[in-house]
Amino acid sequence: MAIIYLVLAPVLGGLIAGIDRRITARMQGRVGPPILQPFYDVAKLFEKEDVTVTPSQNFYILSYLVFMAVTGALFFAGEDLLLVIFAFTLAHIFIVLGAYAAFSPYSYVGAERELIALMAYEPMIILTAVGFYLVTGSFYVGDIAASQIPVILYLPGVFLGFLTILTIKLRKSPFDISTSHHAHQELVKGLTTEFSGATLGKIEIAHWYETVVLLGIVYLFFGFNPLLALVVIAVAYLLEIFIDNTFSRMKWQMTMKSGWGSAAILGFLNLAVLYYFYLGV
Amino acid sequence: MAYLKKSPWLLHYDASSCNGCDIEVLACLTPLYDVERFGIINTGNPKHADVFVITGGINDLNRQVVTNIYAQIPDPKVVVAVGICASSGGVFRECYNVAGGVDQVIPVDVYVPGCAARPESIIDGIVKALGILEEKRAKMKEQERSA
Repeated sequence: MAIIYLVLAPVLGGLIAGIDRRITARMQGRVGPPILQPFYDVAKLFEKEDVTVTPSQNFYILSYLVFMAVTGALFFAGEDLLLVIFAFTLAHIFIVLGAYAAFSPYSYVGAERELIALMAYEPMIILTAVGFYLVTGSFYVGDIAASQIPVILYLPGVFLGFLTILTIKLRKSPFDISTSHHAHQELVKGLTTEFSGATLGKIEIAHWYETVVLLGIVYLFFGFNPLLALVVIAVAYLLEIFIDNTFSRMKWQMTMKSGWGSAAILGFLNLAVLYYFYLGV
Repeated sequence: MAYLKKSPWLLHYDASSCNGCDIEVLACLTPLYDVERFGIINTGNPKHADVFVITGGINDLNRQVVTNIYAQIPDPKVVVAVGICASSGGVFRECYNVAGGVDQVIPVDVYVPGCAARPESIIDGIVKALGILEEKRAKMKEQERSA
């Protein structure tokens, strides 16, 4: 599974990105780019000249890509979810370090905003893992996915909380504060401002890996019925595109409030109820 | 492979344009013309750009800016001068503070005349530029191989 993931996840992630751009265009009354456009973009980036100013930044971005791939490989190998989350966070620390290494005010702002985003979504991700443990009695992705317990019925709050931070993670409005798919002229290009050519291409590929892992976590809520899980993943992603196109970007305070708010209210309350009345497996 | 042609990212800079051409450049992004169907993205970052679109003529204040932006765009790159002011200086050509068209400071590949240049001719100019971009890429590759 892990090897299949390493090979197919960029393909799948790129296709999702392409469909995303097409649907976004249609929502705005445009024709939109070809479905394969993200692949053309990345292939082009690898054709461009290398204009790196600080060589260390390329090392950090390579680490970002590698750890994002490791995250997914661990996830699809059915390993410990806590380890997956740890590798996931580490990958993001690397991209932040890369942006800091570039010595540019724009990428500094981007790096700081990415750290805020990291802080905002992290509690909810941990609570998601705890929720899976309380319901299925295991932190192992393999056990959770194979579990016949309808996890979603026990964790509706956690699921909604996870959808909230999914918006942060997929870099969708209103939470695309560190870098965005759309706002190319704005400060929010921050995190990627100083990266160009092949390095930027690696960031894109890492983001495709990331998308697949995140949608994989959505799957875990519906592991008892794979078909239903796939339908929910499609609906969840469509909802994200819809939110992206109907909201404007908000200040970073809103990202913090939404991330921690959903963790404290939806996530924590859900787990508290589960803990006191159901007492787990 | 020629992926460059399929994903040209633009950088638009307003040198000293009256905003007429700028509005027409931005009109290319609207649902009516939608240049994103060709994979064109209007980026704001020279380090991500392939095509440098300039409107308006060159004066003493923006001479530095234009050369600086041009230097920051990674090769292969092309420059498109949009509007008559960017092409030759237009009616401001004889002004004491205007140096003339964009080609006075950086090499220009495609000239799109008009006051203001129409979105159709801008798109036409960019498509022409893509051919030149592809030529430059092939040349760059050859140089790399011989080096």
